[in-house]
Amino acid sequence: MADARRLLATLLLALGSALPAFAADAPASAPSAPAVVKFEAPAARLTAADPALEARMLAITGELRCLVCQNQTIADSHADLAVDLRQEVREMLQHGQTPEQIRRYMTDRYGDFILYRPPLKASTAVLWLAPAALLAIALVALAVVIRRRARLSDDQFEPDPLLDDDEPSATLARPVKLV
Amino acid sequence: MRFVKFLIPLVLFGVLVGFFWKGLYLDPREVPSPLIDKPAPEFALTRLDQPEQTIRRADMLGKVWMLNVWASWCESCRDEHPYLVEFAKLKALPIYGLDYKDQREPAQAWLAERGNPYDASLFDANGRVGIDFGVYGVPETFVIDKQGVIRFKQIGALTPEVLNAQVLPLLRKLNG
Repeated sequence: MADARRLLATLLLALGSALPAFAADAPASAPSAPAVVKFEAPAARLTAADPALEARMLAITGELRCLVCQNQTIADSHADLAVDLRQEVREMLQHGQTPEQIRRYMTDRYGDFILYRPPLKASTAVLWLAPAALLAIALVALAVVIRRRARLSDDQFEPDPLLDDDEPSATLARPVKLV
Repeated sequence: MRFVKFLIPLVLFGVLVGFFWKGLYLDPREVPSPLIDKPAPEFALTRLDQPEQTIRRADMLGKVWMLNVWASWCESCRDEHPYLVEFAKLKALPIYGLDYKDQREPAQAWLAERGNPYDASLFDANGRVGIDFGVYGVPETFVIDKQGVIRFKQIGALTPEVLNAQVLPLLRKLNG
């Protein structure tokens, strides 16, 4: 076991010292390879003009699904539509609209699908209630099992494995074999 | 009793497989639009070919019409366009284009090259009207009834199958 740990640590150290070497290589090769594309998202950066507004905008759009690239939020996405919608939210906030009004604006156009936090209604009841129901079932089952086992006499259980150093059991002292 | 106990996980597994199996055939791109059977949003846009002339939502009331969202930069619009040109020849209903986030010159060149199926194209340079229509994947197509209510929406390119099996029967219903 100790051997395994030492080996792992050595590997990590080796990897750690190798990474900066890769990084140092990169600038040297950059001039010869100008085809490297840099992806930048101007709209996703905090604008210096009004960081407070930007933070509020990102808080709202961070809970909205981008419909173009469906597993990203509107705050994260670089899709054209997401850029537009961020601008839309900025303007709505500047006009004093509440986050609730903005979410309403979005669901009016794109439906509940755009919300990463879907509302509780008949069609989403299973989604919201199933985890609690499953937890309740699990707890009841656990209680039943514990009660049943508490009523059993000691000789119904397997004896505990011996943890005595004088008598090393074959199962515990098996050497760790690498490779 | 013991038998039943072993059956429970098997049944649960079966239910899970059922859900996953169904999930395999669901298309997450097909987001049900909340706009179906709702009034079309207000708009006032200039014509692509006549920047001085504005078309509004109110101008379209009283007829069943089609709004087809397109753009000269849109790849799948190229696939859809021939079908739309063919469909326009039927004169089944007025077809209006919504030229989404485009520029006038390339858009007009695009229509000149490929044929113009539209009675007119509305020019939505900044995509605001597109957002109001819930557009997220060009091309999209809407059918709007005489009262200005959206009755049909297609996300992605129209196909002859969709036009024949869905749009034409809907038109018969709306006009009949």
